[in-house]
Amino acid sequence: MITVIDYGAGNLFSVRKALEYFGAKVIVSDISNDILNAKGLILPGVGAFGWGMKLLEEKDLCGAIRGAVDRGVPLLGVCLGLQLLFEESEESPEVKGLGIIKGKVKKLPSDLPLPHIGWNQVKILRNIPIFKGIKSESFFYFVHSYYGEPIDEGLVCGETDYGITFPSVIWQNNIFAVQFHPEKSSKEGLKIYKNFLDIVYGDNTSY
Amino acid sequence: MLTKRIIPCLDVKDGRVVKGTHFIALKDAGDPVELAEYYDKEGADELVFLDITASLEKRRTIVELVKRTASKVFIPFTVGGGIGSIEEIKEILRSGADKVSINTQAVKNPSLIREASKVFGSQCIVIAIDAKWDKDMRGWRVYINGGTTPTNLEAVSWAKEVESLGAGEILLTSIDADGTQQGYDITLTRAVAEAVNIPVIASGGAGNLEHIRDALKEGKASAALIASLLHYKKYTVREIKEYLKKEGISVRL
Repeated sequence: MITVIDYGAGNLFSVRKALEYFGAKVIVSDISNDILNAKGLILPGVGAFGWGMKLLEEKDLCGAIRGAVDRGVPLLGVCLGLQLLFEESEESPEVKGLGIIKGKVKKLPSDLPLPHIGWNQVKILRNIPIFKGIKSESFFYFVHSYYGEPIDEGLVCGETDYGITFPSVIWQNNIFAVQFHPEKSSKEGLKIYKNFLDIVYGDNTSY
Repeated sequence: MLTKRIIPCLDVKDGRVVKGTHFIALKDAGDPVELAEYYDKEGADELVFLDITASLEKRRTIVELVKRTASKVFIPFTVGGGIGSIEEIKEILRSGADKVSINTQAVKNPSLIREASKVFGSQCIVIAIDAKWDKDMRGWRVYINGGTTPTNLEAVSWAKEVESLGAGEILLTSIDADGTQQGYDITLTRAVAEAVNIPVIASGGAGNLEHIRDALKEGKASAALIASLLHYKKYTVREIKEYLKKEGISVRL
């Protein structure tokens, strides 16, 4: 079972449907036990960092997420979900993030229109399992004004240009995180979810 | 690099496509979801559903359509047509749409733009502007109610105002050019695109590939909305994009 963590942020319907497209059993939940018992976790989200953390804390989900991650449960962070994994963000300096990835979320330079919305390319730096079947420079759909920058540069597996070059795909042990929206990125995006399911279940296709 | 976008527009009424039912390859060419899936596979960057349903069942049919689309189509899509309240916007976005497009109600109640962009984020809020050249105004007059009712607004200044109220994008239709297949109104498109810092989607008048190129290059639009050119299969999305790429425009292929 894959649990999509529902803390009240964003378009969970599309995330769920993208997973179900491959026949995965999915629950969308805001209950700690569903997070602790999941085979795989998706941390989705659209919105502001401080607001997202506040909702996670109000629903008392931070401990369950950290606990599951410590036990090695694969987690895919999407968009704001990527950013919440970090320690802090320029968007909400007074709020602490989950702190699972060491580093900070920074604002994109404002010489180009923000948010950065639309189809942009991901240059693959390291060919990790989440990229299986995806070519470097493939297009994905982005909607964001901030990006996560890990202290350990080795965690950055994909990068994208928008005024600056920023990390768009991050990998740390059992944690995968993408700044774009795979559920809105057509065929290539669906491959990300398929690859995540393969990571969770091994290549056993009964999800 | 951020690409220019090609956006097919589907007119729907009572949950059915009203134009572009000429796709013999589809099982049910009147089904907007099947047509949407087809355009996704062809390489469309986004989709717009324009709901022209007038019945009392409007809301239920559009929400059902949005849910069915979001289950099968994995590119961003926008829903427009008669949307006028925060409640309606919430229901449509929750059902899986990425953006809503607001036209008449934005003119009647501009504070809706501010409120909606605050609640849902600017990226969800597209303001549709229908404009027509007006000699007396020496500018483009904004029309509402499906292009039938003139207002006192001038399109370029209205565009700036909706940007300042929090609109994330402008869907700009030239009433003069719409349906003519003689090309987009490049002057209007460029005037608006240069006046604002948010993306402008050019709409109305596409008759050939050069028209689309001109809207994106000279017109400085970020995206081109295309209806009949695609629905009557004059070109496929792929053909359009291959042409644009040859012309030096960055597209997703």
